[in-house]
Amino acid sequence: MRKSWWKILAAVLLIYTFTAGFLIKVPDIGNLKQSSRNLFFHVPMWFGQMILLAASMVYSILYLRKPDLRYDIHAAAFAKTGILMGVLGLLTGAIWATYTWGEPWSNDPKQIAVVIALLIYFAYLVLRNAMPDIDKRAKVSAVYNIFAYFIYIPLIMILPRMVESLHPGGKGVEGNPGLNGNDLDSTMAMVFVPAIIGWTLLGTWISTLNIRLYLIRDKNLINAK
Amino acid sequence: MRNRIYCLLLMLGGLFTGNRLFAQSNGTIEDTMRSNDKIYVVMAVCITILAGLLLYLVLIDRKIAKIEDKQ
Repeated sequence: MRKSWWKILAAVLLIYTFTAGFLIKVPDIGNLKQSSRNLFFHVPMWFGQMILLAASMVYSILYLRKPDLRYDIHAAAFAKTGILMGVLGLLTGAIWATYTWGEPWSNDPKQIAVVIALLIYFAYLVLRNAMPDIDKRAKVSAVYNIFAYFIYIPLIMILPRMVESLHPGGKGVEGNPGLNGNDLDSTMAMVFVPAIIGWTLLGTWISTLNIRLYLIRDKNLINAK
Repeated sequence: MRNRIYCLLLMLGGLFTGNRLFAQSNGTIEDTMRSNDKIYVVMAVCITILAGLLLYLVLIDRKIAKIEDKQ
């Protein structure tokens, strides 16, 4: 195992999240009851996804500046883990919604937007696999990845806030059960913030495993440059 | 490594047998696990899953490191 302090930090923060996340007292918000503890598990999926996809986009920019296949490998691995976290976020959100909004799928703007965003990223993976030429694949998918990120952010951060949404933060949120900024009291923040860092580090760990695997697999291609 | 695994198994085994022994004598672990509508059972399950996943990641990491060193 490549020892790194941040891998240990990830494990410690996640164990803390899984312990304190169940032990602390949560405020009574709407019909959420104890399910507001999902804040420590469902929401960090999206924070982690955003950070991992941002890392992926940075590596795509780096690739376009200097066409090194290693950048392309990094970009693809981070995007894959980001997509995984997005899918998990969608599934956990559906479970949570079943017991708070009454149904797993309410055509909530954020649900729809995030599915579109995920489809855009699925297309990134399909696009990559559709091109046998390695250099062309790296270049085209780097361009696509940068565009995808700048569509993805408005889709999940801006558009849902401009319309009525069941999710916190949307218009007319007063009538809806849900967490908004004022409901996040300091005890919850004490678990929520470590949870985001822990989940993101775990995602990074999984990504680096993929990266190292691809670096070994493609070492002849990289050295041929 | 092997010693550590044995230690872990012993600890886990101790947890379960401990519970059974304490079941009739109102042991503290048992009380805690059953309190608050048994939410701590869910917590224990989640932590076990997390531990398993982390262990799996460590093992994959070691495997890749071994291949890397061979290169």
